[in-house]
Amino acid sequence: MMELIWLIPLIPLFGFIINGLGQQTFSKSVIGWIGCGTVLSSFVLSLILFFQVQQQRALGEEASSVYHLFDWITVGSLNLGFSFLVDPLSALMLLIITGIGFLIHLYSCGYMASDESFGRFFSYLNLFIFFMLLLVMGSNYLIMFIGWEGVGLCSYLLIGFWYKNTSYANAAKKAFVMNRIGDLGFLIAMFVLIAVFGTLEYKEVFAKASQFPMGDATLLLITLLLFVAATGKSAQIPLFTWLPDAMAGPTPVSALIHAATMVTAGIYMIIRSNILFTLSPLTLQIIAAIGVATALIAAFIAMTQNDIKKVLAYSTVSQLGYMFLGLGVGAFTAAFFHVLTHAFFKALLFLGAGSVIHAMHHEQDMRKMGGLKKYLPITFMTMLIGTVAIAGIPPLSGFFSKDEILAFAFAQSPLLWGLGFVGALFTAFYMFRMLYITFYGDFRGTTEQEQHLHESPMVMTLPLIVLAVLSLIGGIINLPSVLGGGQWLANFLSPIYEYSVSRASEVHLEHSTEYILMAASAIAAIIMAILAYQKYVKKQDLPQEDGAQQGSLHKLSYHKLYIDEIYDALVVKPLNGLSKVLYKAIDKGLIDAIVNGVGDIIHASGRGIRQLQSGYVGFYIIMMVLGVAAIVLYGILNM
Amino acid sequence: MDTIVQHIQGVPLNHYLIFCSVIFAIGVIGVLIRRNVIIIMMSIELMLNAVNLLLAAFSAYWGDANGQVFVFFIMALAAAEVAVGLSIVIMVYRNTKSVDIESLNKLRW
Amino acid sequence: MNNLFLLLLLPVVGAIVLAFTKSSSVARWIALVFSLIQIVLTVPLVCSFVPDAGIQFEQSLEWIKELNIRFHIGVDGISLPLILLTNGLMPLIVLSTFRNDYKHSFYALASFMQSGLLMVFAALDAFTFYVGWEIALIPIYFICALWGEGDRIRVNLKFFVYTFFGSLLMLIAIIYLSQQTPSKDFEWTSFMALELSEYAQRALFWAFFIAFAIKIPIFPFHTWQPDTYTYAPTPGTMLLAGIMLKMGTYALIRWLIPVIPFGTQVYAPIALVLCIIGIVYASIIAFKQYESKTLVAYSSIAHVGLISAGIFAWNQEGLQGALLQMINHGITVVGLFYVLDIIKSRTGTNNLNDLGGLAAAMPKTATLFAIILLAAVGLPLTNGFVGEFLLLKSLYSLHLWYVVFAGLTLIFGAVYMLRLFQKTMLGPVNPSYAAVKDVSGVELLVLVIISILILVIGIKP
Repeated sequence: MMELIWLIPLIPLFGFIINGLGQQTFSKSVIGWIGCGTVLSSFVLSLILFFQVQQQRALGEEASSVYHLFDWITVGSLNLGFSFLVDPLSALMLLIITGIGFLIHLYSCGYMASDESFGRFFSYLNLFIFFMLLLVMGSNYLIMFIGWEGVGLCSYLLIGFWYKNTSYANAAKKAFVMNRIGDLGFLIAMFVLIAVFGTLEYKEVFAKASQFPMGDATLLLITLLLFVAATGKSAQIPLFTWLPDAMAGPTPVSALIHAATMVTAGIYMIIRSNILFTLSPLTLQIIAAIGVATALIAAFIAMTQNDIKKVLAYSTVSQLGYMFLGLGVGAFTAAFFHVLTHAFFKALLFLGAGSVIHAMHHEQDMRKMGGLKKYLPITFMTMLIGTVAIAGIPPLSGFFSKDEILAFAFAQSPLLWGLGFVGALFTAFYMFRMLYITFYGDFRGTTEQEQHLHESPMVMTLPLIVLAVLSLIGGIINLPSVLGGGQWLANFLSPIYEYSVSRASEVHLEHSTEYILMAASAIAAIIMAILAYQKYVKKQDLPQEDGAQQGSLHKLSYHKLYIDEIYDALVVKPLNGLSKVLYKAIDKGLIDAIVNGVGDIIHASGRGIRQLQSGYVGFYIIMMVLGVAAIVLYGILNM
Repeated sequence: MDTIVQHIQGVPLNHYLIFCSVIFAIGVIGVLIRRNVIIIMMSIELMLNAVNLLLAAFSAYWGDANGQVFVFFIMALAAAEVAVGLSIVIMVYRNTKSVDIESLNKLRW
Repeated sequence: MNNLFLLLLLPVVGAIVLAFTKSSSVARWIALVFSLIQIVLTVPLVCSFVPDAGIQFEQSLEWIKELNIRFHIGVDGISLPLILLTNGLMPLIVLSTFRNDYKHSFYALASFMQSGLLMVFAALDAFTFYVGWEIALIPIYFICALWGEGDRIRVNLKFFVYTFFGSLLMLIAIIYLSQQTPSKDFEWTSFMALELSEYAQRALFWAFFIAFAIKIPIFPFHTWQPDTYTYAPTPGTMLLAGIMLKMGTYALIRWLIPVIPFGTQVYAPIALVLCIIGIVYASIIAFKQYESKTLVAYSSIAHVGLISAGIFAWNQEGLQGALLQMINHGITVVGLFYVLDIIKSRTGTNNLNDLGGLAAAMPKTATLFAIILLAAVGLPLTNGFVGEFLLLKSLYSLHLWYVVFAGLTLIFGAVYMLRLFQKTMLGPVNPSYAAVKDVSGVELLVLVIISILILVIGIKP
């Protein structure tokens, strides 16, 4: 089996090629079968692989191995190979990607059924899976970078999938460019890594890095650059604004790329390089600060959004902020745990939202919905589970992962915990707000829409149900010891941290403190849910039309803190202006003018000198005589 | 032969020089200030002959025949020049009905 | 008769044959056949080439005995890829003209130019090099001036005089160098053996640098380029951007840096900074261009700026990356200009404000365009990535800030290239272009070949 792991990414690539070439000729069902089948077979292979790794881990082995495929770039002493790494972390990521990927492929068969570019959609999705698998399977930073850029590309292609809409295409471009800013950080980080360690292979880099002293300046540089990359891909401050816009893509894309997999790549990368980060406490502090700030700001914005997908998008940004907070306080496992559970419930929520949008004929404004509970029972039930999970109400999965992060944050600094806690309150509120506005009350759309309301077909509800089950029980894989859990995940992943463990300071909380923290957040979440119920179901205090007067805080939130406008004014406009100035003033006005000026001077001097050629013979003769006289004079004077 | 040389040497060299310079200057001034092409050509002839005279004089004083050879050259050349020059003047006259040099100003940018 | 000499001779023969061909439809086939024979002849050269073995297939004929000028050619690891590029792109460029109706003399000039280019890349004698340099320049002037559009005469005069000015500086430098050699010859090897004074090196560096910088073009010697590219006929632009630019970068590697080591050492930082300014500067200008050919022209300045920066970094990564990227840039830029030409032939305009939504009518074009574009952006698994990676890495070994600024090309490149794609292919369908035909036949063939090359080089450089 281990010898065949290159098949895991390769099969989706084949799917991409076949579907890409045959998108015009194949029928939709063939394309659907190819698209889902390739991912499913990758999933099966990943499952087998996972159990092998699990077995080795159970025997106490490290269970990490490298498979070298071929040399890729060879320059001098530097040899960058195309090789894959299998270890507990990548095995789990493989499961998430192919598993959720498969569910979403299946869902897309229903969701995109009426779209004319069905084949193109599936080929892009398969390509995405391929790059995402490369990203997590690579055994060095370069392969990760290939995947890293590749998923960015797929994200671009899929966000702009409905390319005829200009604003969608703009959103796609924005996502790609913002990601590229991060990519530059990644690229430079790789150069520093090569310069310092002479290799990009994880194993060698980490082994060498573990010899470095705490707080080393080069490591600080590397980790900061890597973190820049992560902020781009995982939508953190200051590069997070692309993610909400990315909702222009079809909803399955939002679920797969912009919730479950791609946006967690930054977290994966940091967990992978945990030793580097552990040795740079300053970076970790920055990560924690940015993480918590992102979590708060995004949650704040999400409170007033009316587009169902925008709410979910900001919620994703916010949850990613939690993950970074977890990383920042050194809780790598907890962060990964949250990646896992978040993948379940956020994919679920997006797919549920997709189901709603599908039923509403591509209406995304929640103000036009309401009362959908009775029309879409399965969607409602699964969405409810997702909401409860993300709000952090026990015993669903989100509670455990989020609480673990918050507990670590508390150990680090109660302030971080406090901010995170406030964010969690916001989360519970806006999620229930979304649920209530959408599913409760009376239907507010057109009557025509009402007649067509229908529960989605089986291919779409099945993934919902599976994900709902996972969201329900996902928490058990890393049940904290205070609740009698075995912390399976932490044990499973422990080889990843072999270098960090000895270097990081031990975090320990009293059991009683942990109980209090848990109870506090659980109760608070429930209170927020009730508050939202009071406001949106009992009082029917629905969001107003766009033009209505609102409080300043509300306005700030509704307009996303004007961050897009600020970026536009600070970066985009000046650059565009600079472009015009450089072109008109500098390029044409200065440099080209100098070049042309040289030509003009020669031209003009010619024009001047030819005045002497007056055509009057008398003039010529005078000049001649004067010339001879001058020569004679010169001769006499020099005698 | 001797007598010619002695005759020529009978006049001091300085006188030749001054005389030729004056004739030459008259020629130059004639060329410069007159506008009739014929007169200009005559002035040019004057200059050439001034030079010829000087060459002959020096040739006699130095006892070197080269100078006289040059004189013959110049005379031949002057004859050819006049032939060509006058034919040009005739063509100009036919075209412009004038021999004024100022009318020949078409040769310009 | 050696193979290499034949390679140089054949295009001249082709040019003569083509010049006397009356019908243009026959001429294009003859041109294609000649360019294909040229490839076939290149193959044994590549096969029998021994890597890392210095100069091979050398050939030295007496040319002008009184001045010790020899016709000396040979191939080594640096020139071989460029010869391959020249001969490889030629059939593609010829194929790309099949749609249009060019006269036989067009093909004759192109063929003649090919010979000049090969001469430049194979020359081991400075005089041979110089002659090749000028032979390449003259046909392209006529191609652009005769078949161009817009303000072509003025623009091309500027191009010609500007580059010729550079050439003369180079000629002066070459003559000076040959006077310094013991036997007063023009051999590359004897130039290399010279021990020049510091002062001379400083002056010679600038003479060579300006000559090559104009050709490449490096900021601030680039202003001839956007206009020339824009107004030239597309095959002419392909010849210019795809191959002719590489003369400059090749000359940096072959002549400037090895012959004048001290001067280079002193002034390389200045040259590097100029290259990097050029990268950022041209990228920013490309943001707001509405004429798509001008946009690509500026992007080309940015790309070759990076290549030259890598060369001036003068380390192994830089050289390998530069060579690779020269090939890649040649392929990519030819593809880009071809797509723009196709778009223009369908819609009659290259103005981005008028275009949009073409992907609906031309899905194949859109896909292939996207691949070529991504190569230009330097996405992994396309050819652009490896080269860019190596080049940036070579800059990193000099200074961190070099990379940071040069790396902006990654971001800016994405901005303007995606804008180009969006303004042409994406967006609402323009009703007047709703029924345009997709690529087919020869066009498809050319684009597919280019795309395959892009991916193959990207995956296995």
